[in-house]
Amino acid sequence: MKFVDEFRDPHKAQVLLQEIQGLVKRIPICGERPIWIMEVCGGHTHTIFRYGINKMLPKEVEFIHGPGCPVCVLPRGRVDDCVALAERNEVIMTTFGDAMRVTGSKKSLLQAKADGADVRMVYSPLDALNLARVNRDKEVVFFGLGFETTMPSTALTILQASQEGIKNFSIFCNHITIIPTIKAILDSPDLQLDGFLGPGHVSMVIGLEPYTFIANHYRKPITIAGFEPLDILQSVWMVLKQLSERRCEVENQYKRIVPPYGNSQALQAIQEVFELREFFEWRGLGSIDHSGVRVREEFSAFDAEQKFPIPNLKIADPTSCQCGEVLKGVIKPSQCKVFGTACTPQNPLGALMVSTEGACAAYYNYGWIPEEDLYPAKTSV
Amino acid sequence: MKVRLNNMSHRSLTSSQPASSRANPLFGSTIKDQRITLAHGSGGKAMRDLIQNLLVPTFNNPILEKLEDQATIPLKELLQHGDRLAFTTDSYVVDPLFFPGGNIGELAVNGTVNDLAVSGTRPLFLSCGLVIEEGFSLETLTQIVQSMKHAADGAGVSIVTGDTKVVEKGSADKLFINTAGIGVIREGVSIAATKAQLGDAIITNGFIGDHGVAILLARNELALEANVQSDTQPVHDLVSHMLDVCSHIHCLRDATRGGLATVLNEFASASNVSILIKEPNLPIRESVRGACEILGLDPLYLANEGKIVVAVPSENAHELVDAMRQHPMGKDSAIIGSVKASPAGTVMLSTTFGGTRIVDTLVGDQLPRIC
Repeated sequence: MKFVDEFRDPHKAQVLLQEIQGLVKRIPICGERPIWIMEVCGGHTHTIFRYGINKMLPKEVEFIHGPGCPVCVLPRGRVDDCVALAERNEVIMTTFGDAMRVTGSKKSLLQAKADGADVRMVYSPLDALNLARVNRDKEVVFFGLGFETTMPSTALTILQASQEGIKNFSIFCNHITIIPTIKAILDSPDLQLDGFLGPGHVSMVIGLEPYTFIANHYRKPITIAGFEPLDILQSVWMVLKQLSERRCEVENQYKRIVPPYGNSQALQAIQEVFELREFFEWRGLGSIDHSGVRVREEFSAFDAEQKFPIPNLKIADPTSCQCGEVLKGVIKPSQCKVFGTACTPQNPLGALMVSTEGACAAYYNYGWIPEEDLYPAKTSV
Repeated sequence: MKVRLNNMSHRSLTSSQPASSRANPLFGSTIKDQRITLAHGSGGKAMRDLIQNLLVPTFNNPILEKLEDQATIPLKELLQHGDRLAFTTDSYVVDPLFFPGGNIGELAVNGTVNDLAVSGTRPLFLSCGLVIEEGFSLETLTQIVQSMKHAADGAGVSIVTGDTKVVEKGSADKLFINTAGIGVIREGVSIAATKAQLGDAIITNGFIGDHGVAILLARNELALEANVQSDTQPVHDLVSHMLDVCSHIHCLRDATRGGLATVLNEFASASNVSILIKEPNLPIRESVRGACEILGLDPLYLANEGKIVVAVPSENAHELVDAMRQHPMGKDSAIIGSVKASPAGTVMLSTTFGGTRIVDTLVGDQLPRIC
């Protein structure tokens, strides 16, 4: 398939892997402990496991799976609120596919649907707006979630609805922003990290500048990475190259998509429609200042939180759940005490088991093959 | 409260009431605007007309024509084909009813024929249970029933008994079909999911995921277009041809809902072995790959309606694949993997890219990812 297979070329992968093996030897900490690279984005986690990249890299390089799965970090209380909205008689709740399965304290949207709520899967908020146009007697609510990747499409949909004067459309806004969260992770005292793979599609919107504090202040190299397997390998190579040369910079591997200054129209739409919340609750990580956005006052007619009564209950994460430690890279998913026992994709206890982009679900579905079964004589540097 | 109307079987209504010789309103000059009403399931004249003027003449066989409460099949006839009876049932609730490459009627015949065929069975007789939503178009029903007959003829089976229910509007989504089937298993053949053995080759008979993508696109919700046809086809003749070449096939199943990945997991788990499949060897159409890329789906889990997965001793694999490729239902057959010892109960995929991953059973439906 054109424009896809080029980025999955096994021969190029071998060349990169050889280069990576050579680089690893030149990194000072090599031999003392693994080199830890955090992929921030859930899309990267998915690619890493889907193509088995974690098993192709030398043992000295380990991925720490970051907080960049917006479905996973949604707190249970917010899901409960969404279910409560969906269960209102007049509401058609619309949502992206993988948000249907994430459970609140009682149920998921999928279960609410089975109980009679009108919940529909859409591929775009514009599909939701269309539902509002053809169901004038209903209130169509879009479960808006995601980072800066999906924020512009929600913003533009609200602008469109406003322009058309559509009265029966609103969003339940759970959009979050990545930078304060990376900062919170970097400030975590129990964290050990050597570098980052930066989120490609978020950066397509926000550009490279917002990441400079990571290189300048925290002295960690970061490479903005694409989502094909060769993108990931090349980005790992770029981070290792920086480490071997003792550089800390923001580099852009995903130049074919990410312009250095982002997308000004998308940023403008976000700016026009949303404003920062003082704080937002993250599943597993707790409350993080300025990490979420809400709909601005002037568009409150499209804000489900203004339009409908919302229970707005805070539900604590289950005590046995160690999602927070996994998100910060303190433990690996398989080291969590409920991984694969009390917490499985069938019955997810923690958020990271819910979406296929969640680190735990990826580990569970793709990742736990014993080493000896995979590579009896795995190459090591 | 929803009311479901309990009707009688085709036979009980009609045998005591011979077809009227008067002009029949059901099949007057045009059936175009005619709708199925609750009367068509009420046990009265309307139902008799539906059975006598549509179902019996379309399915057209002497066993059904007797219109007894049950189909009567001489055992002698069955014994010609083998030494054991195989019996299966499946219900078909596909939306939309018509899709590129077929419709629910063909599916309802081929699906059940295939469930029989994969045990080495010669499928012989089917039943047909229709659950129709009030208001359903008679013209569409006629088309679907004719497709069933066409598929039954193609598979060499007869539809010999049946039942019709009409439910109130909203109590069913247009039309549901249940078919049960019986057939006879060839002597000496013993196929089971528990029989995969170390070293066995894994074979499939062609492109996977076509049906799943065809249905998704036919729903018209995705603003995507691709020329993908459902692969609905009966595989009994292919299986019979395969057994002629290799009578000791270990495992054989049709990969319908849950796709190739689900069947392979069933083999691995039942036989307590590991199955390793190779991504470069998987037959997947470019259009199916493309749709999956855009929608964030994995073709390994997409439904098929005429694809089988086989485990055979490796020494027979090449001869078998060559023979399968000679058959119209198997011309794109390929060896896609092999059976290993460990990790037992697990299916693994070695990717084109050079990595290896687990291919687990799906928890529920595949849900597209957010971004």
